[in-house]
Amino acid sequence: MLLIDIDACIGCGLCEENCAFDAIHVVNGIAEVNENCTLCGGCVDYCEAGALKIEGKEECGEKDGLAAWSGIWVYAEYRHGRIAPVTYELLGAGRKLADQKKVPLSAVLLTDKAGGMPAQLISYGADQVYVVEDHALAQFTDEAYGNALEDLARQYKPEVILAGATAIGRSFIPRVATSLKTGLTADCTQLDIQQEDGALLQTRPAFGGNIMATIACPNTRPQMATVRPLVMKANAPDPARKGDVIHYTISPDRLASRVKVRNFVALEGDQVNLNEADIVVSGGRGLESEKGFQMIAELAHLLDGAVAASRAAVDSGWIPYPHQVGQTGKTVSPKVYIACGISGAIQHLVGMQSSDTIIAINRDPHAPIFNVATYGVVGDVFEIVPKLIDKIKQVRSS
Amino acid sequence: MKIIVCVKQVPDAKDVRLDPKTNTLSREGVQSIINPYDRHALEEAVRLKEKVGGTVTVLTMGPPQAAEILRESVSCGADEAVLVSDRAFAGADTLATTYTLSQAIKKIGGADLILCGKQAIDGDTAQVGPGLAVRMDIPYVTCVRRIVEANDKAFVVERLMDDGYDEVEVTLPALFTVVKEINEPRLPSLKGKMRAKKLAITTLSAGDLDADTAQLGLKGSPTWVVKVFAPQLKGERTMIEGTVQEQVDQLAEKLMEWC
Ligand SMILES: Cc1cc2nc3c(=O)[nH]c(=O)nc-3n(C[C@H](O)[C@H](O)[C@H](O)COP(=O)(O)OP(=O)(O)OC[C@H]3O[C@@H](n4cnc5c(N)ncnc54)[C@H](O)[C@@H]3O)c2cc1C
Ligand SMILES: Nc1ncnc2c1ncn2[C@@H]1O[C@H](COP(=O)(O)O)[C@@H](O)[C@H]1O
Repeated sequence: MLLIDIDACIGCGLCEENCAFDAIHVVNGIAEVNENCTLCGGCVDYCEAGALKIEGKEECGEKDGLAAWSGIWVYAEYRHGRIAPVTYELLGAGRKLADQKKVPLSAVLLTDKAGGMPAQLISYGADQVYVVEDHALAQFTDEAYGNALEDLARQYKPEVILAGATAIGRSFIPRVATSLKTGLTADCTQLDIQQEDGALLQTRPAFGGNIMATIACPNTRPQMATVRPLVMKANAPDPARKGDVIHYTISPDRLASRVKVRNFVALEGDQVNLNEADIVVSGGRGLESEKGFQMIAELAHLLDGAVAASRAAVDSGWIPYPHQVGQTGKTVSPKVYIACGISGAIQHLVGMQSSDTIIAINRDPHAPIFNVATYGVVGDVFEIVPKLIDKIKQVRSS
Repeated sequence: MKIIVCVKQVPDAKDVRLDPKTNTLSREGVQSIINPYDRHALEEAVRLKEKVGGTVTVLTMGPPQAAEILRESVSCGADEAVLVSDRAFAGADTLATTYTLSQAIKKIGGADLILCGKQAIDGDTAQVGPGLAVRMDIPYVTCVRRIVEANDKAFVVERLMDDGYDEVEVTLPALFTVVKEINEPRLPSLKGKMRAKKLAITTLSAGDLDADTAQLGLKGSPTWVVKVFAPQLKGERTMIEGTVQEQVDQLAEKLMEWC
């Protein structure tokens, strides 16, 4: 619980101001906590009088035996014959963590047919690849995949397991964490090692991206996190890298699933390859209508790029949902992201701020999009974009 | 069919923000709402009830005022409401939450089908559904976008994947988490509102759950919030100035470099 030292409390109200949950109030000059309190500890950090303390945290979990868990694991997501790109990003991030901790980096591949994939995983930075190859893994099911990863983790005891925050990762990784009775942080955007004790610090957006939270898992192992695709950087593959491939057999009853996949239907129509485009031209409410999107589509076409949008534009019906970038849409990381008439709400920014270059066109000089922009243009999109199209055509033809 | 819908009261995410200059939270007009995804879970439960018969119980773990969202759920078609509330639950992360919810579900006699939202918008973790299913030892399907077939033994549903959707078959009892496209939730009916007003909410405290107290609340939570802060923005921008034509010329020049 949250302990308030009433002698130390000066009733300054900093805790009240900073509480995200409306859980602490100064009453008659002294802080008082109510049942909204989630024990997040936010107020403790803000209290300058040292009057607040969270009690009970030390008691949780089993501290014994933590040292038996060592090494960084990356779950290599496999589906329909291919490894998901986020796997390589995680191997890039995992490589750094492993080097920092001086432990091996391993990939875990669950598949019906491993083929050249283990070698591929090694070329991207894995020291070892654990492979479970079984017919039962041809289709993704939470039970078979979850049990396989759980059994491997119990056997080899990694200190960290990372997986992509994809449909698959977000579905079966919670199963593994619950079975292992350990902590899991979803949708991380940053991973660090804490200097003092080597713990994994997992940072993620919360409250729809309005707040960032750093989470640790001090007393249980493994420390588990799912990581947002396109946030971490993959290393360039090195075909000469050497590593070990360890085949592991899971008993058939552990690979049985009470959910059976009957059929797969690929994403219909509107194939939007936002993730692969080098140039993304994106539009927001400032484009005013479908016509505005025709305008930026022309620019995108000219630059061989793809068209994206803010949620406001999608909600207005000017462009379909698969184009949406942001917290509740896609994350993109192109070479150039051109934001036209987008204000730059944090929920949009989390989906595009790792782009190499960001160009923002907005008539409001104070629009927050300019805070993340590499180049900013204050002006009217309806003047600038058509002129820009003309100019590019002109340069190209001369 | 006995259906339990897990609902959570959350602050309306769009209202919560940390002022990056003062690093303080602006709480202005922060409203508590029923987690938007859970509305869709509730709607699907009510539709199933209407189709195959049965009861719909809404269940929440939260502070006493979470009773508000239970009443709202009843006004939208739920039959029963259970509030699991105790100081001992405070500080629960998803692992402690799933333990508490599973104990509560066992207490109220289990269910044939448990429905959750895909995720709660305060944390966006999407872990409680799968974790709860593991605790109950029942199969689960996440991100269900359509129920194709339903009877009291088995379901066929579509689950949303990154590259399309899978059609899967599952036997009951089972748990699903649902995405918003599954349905369009109805508004409270007048009759529902009347019922909600009168309904006695079942309240369960830690003592009622036959629970291992070491697995509740903060004590039962392996994850620990180290700090909370405002998102950092990079911001080393160059503004492109001049007349519109000058701006366009500079922009085009830059673009031609990259493209
Ligand atoms: C939980 C949650 C999740 C969300 N997820 C997402 C998400 O995934 N993606 C997303 O984008 N949003 C998301 N949002 C919404 C987000 O908060 C913003 O509301 C949204 O991004 C705003 O879109 P916008 O910038 O297009 O519109 P606005 O904020 O209305 O901005 C329009 C901008 O256009 C400029 N403008 C207008 N006319 C012109 C003109 N003629 N020339 C130049 N500039 C012009 C204006 O100055 C203004 O800055 C989410 C919100 C919540 C609460
Ligand atoms: N405290 C709670 N009480 C009841 N249901 C919950 C609670 N927390 C989460 N849930 C359910 O679990 C889903 C996913 O939540 P989360 O894992 O927090 O993103 C929600 O949509 C709810 O259906």
